[in-house]
Amino acid sequence: MPESILALYVFVLACFIGYYVVWGVTPSLHTPLVALTNAISGIVLVGALLVTGLEEAGIAASFFGFLAVLLASINVFGGFLVTHRMLSMFKKKKKG
Amino acid sequence: MQLPLSPTTQALAYLVSAILFIFALKGLTHPATARRGNLFGMLGMAIALGATLAGAEVQGYWLIGFAGAIGGVIGIVVARRIQMTAMPQLVAALHSFVGMAAVLVALGTFINRAQAGTLDALLIGELSAGIVIGAITFTGSVIAFAKLQGIMSGAPIKFLGQHALNALIALTTIALAVHFASTGSWVSLVLMTLLAFALGGTLIIPIGGADMPVIISMLNSYSGWAAAATGFTLHNHLLIIVGALVGFSGAILSFIMCRAMNRSIINVVFGGFGTDSSASGSAGAAVAAEKGVKSASVEDAVYWMEDANRVIVVPGYGMAVAQAQHAVKEMMELLQARDVEVRFAIHPVAGRMPGHMNVLLAEADIPYEQVQEMDEINPAFASTDVVLVVGANDVVNPAAKEDKSSPIYGMPILEAGKARQVYFLKRSMRPGYSGVDNLLFYQDNTSLIFGDAKDTIEGMVSSLKGGGH
Repeated sequence: MPESILALYVFVLACFIGYYVVWGVTPSLHTPLVALTNAISGIVLVGALLVTGLEEAGIAASFFGFLAVLLASINVFGGFLVTHRMLSMFKKKKKG
Repeated sequence: MQLPLSPTTQALAYLVSAILFIFALKGLTHPATARRGNLFGMLGMAIALGATLAGAEVQGYWLIGFAGAIGGVIGIVVARRIQMTAMPQLVAALHSFVGMAAVLVALGTFINRAQAGTLDALLIGELSAGIVIGAITFTGSVIAFAKLQGIMSGAPIKFLGQHALNALIALTTIALAVHFASTGSWVSLVLMTLLAFALGGTLIIPIGGADMPVIISMLNSYSGWAAAATGFTLHNHLLIIVGALVGFSGAILSFIMCRAMNRSIINVVFGGFGTDSSASGSAGAAVAAEKGVKSASVEDAVYWMEDANRVIVVPGYGMAVAQAQHAVKEMMELLQARDVEVRFAIHPVAGRMPGHMNVLLAEADIPYEQVQEMDEINPAFASTDVVLVVGANDVVNPAAKEDKSSPIYGMPILEAGKARQVYFLKRSMRPGYSGVDNLLFYQDNTSLIFGDAKDTIEGMVSSLKGGGH
């Protein structure tokens, strides 16, 4: 199977997983869900690392990579932390 | 473990990471498992990044460490300081970063591969997809941010031939992508990138501010597709999986938001709300306007509320703007001390992003059980003594049920008007974000209390305290 077709298989099957996993989300958690998906779409950081870390990367590619790492890191750190902050507030509720 | 990691070990680590992300999303679907879900997400991310850094491809660490440190610090500081009311802006900004990062990764990959001489048409096609989706996500999110932050008016911007222009830009972008893929031309690359950035803007400006929850969900979805496209370019299955998960999560939220407004996604994307000149002059509203509205004082409302059995508070974006959630909580406690049952009714599209009100009420420490969704609480309005509408408008507008000419006709609403008394906390007689006049203002059992929502609620609190019961 060619590489691209394999990638397509993975993509389509992952779409189905996404559909079944997220479908039942309770409305009160919509905002934390958006914040979490924000954090995990920071996974483009992996791509940014691969571009920046390449030994042969020239100045232009390194510059683009540098910016990409910076932006994606904001997402990863900010996204998870803010989700955590919100969920901590929800947690307090159960005791109250 | 041997370094660098072999491609097989790395791929297995990515698989573990992907599974953790699935558990993360699954966890977020229920309050009891949500925090664990977030931890799974963090762990998944840590494994993915660790496996990438330990792999053979990444050679230089200085630049990465430097950029990562700056980004990390910014992210942590912002996440700690951000007000819960400003969450929609933060989310919009973060979406724009994903979009931009996807564009930059695609451009960087193109340069690296061009240098190494390993470009082919398929790869360039995948690169183009990454650039175009990323660029649309970026400018779209920047515009959404500007609208939310008040830098830009929330009103939809429409002009003649807008859809034709968008179609033209889209088709030209695709044509340039095809040309780029077949020739590798730099000119096509640059033009395609610029046009895609422009398209992100022109696609979002006609969408009205009232549709913000849909825009946020849609851009959430786009940011996932951008990550997936990056995965195709880099032949990285982890990125493809995660991108698809996020993309679908956003798409499902968009669907839920649209359903809550009884509109199709196409209608939201192409039809800005509140621009229709017929909107302000719909027949029902005109008749009602002649009847005039009643205004009431804080004391009137307190008088009714302290003797009530049941009070329902309907919060909306106005509560967020006025930062009134903490005062609302104090009022709730004072009323409960008088044996009044207080509940909160949340419309799915209340606020500027999905679930916005729930987060604000959670921030104010208002117990979970007292916060109810529309379908759950609607039957209770008829047996409720007082409804207090704090900064909401369209979501309680009976025009959605009664006035066929109203642009919000068909939208499910909170049936606040069925209560014995309705008090509307309002700054002015201005219509809601949708620009539609509210028929509920003119109902006999409705009174308006003008002023800042926080001041009004604090007035109620001190009046309840001074009551000496």
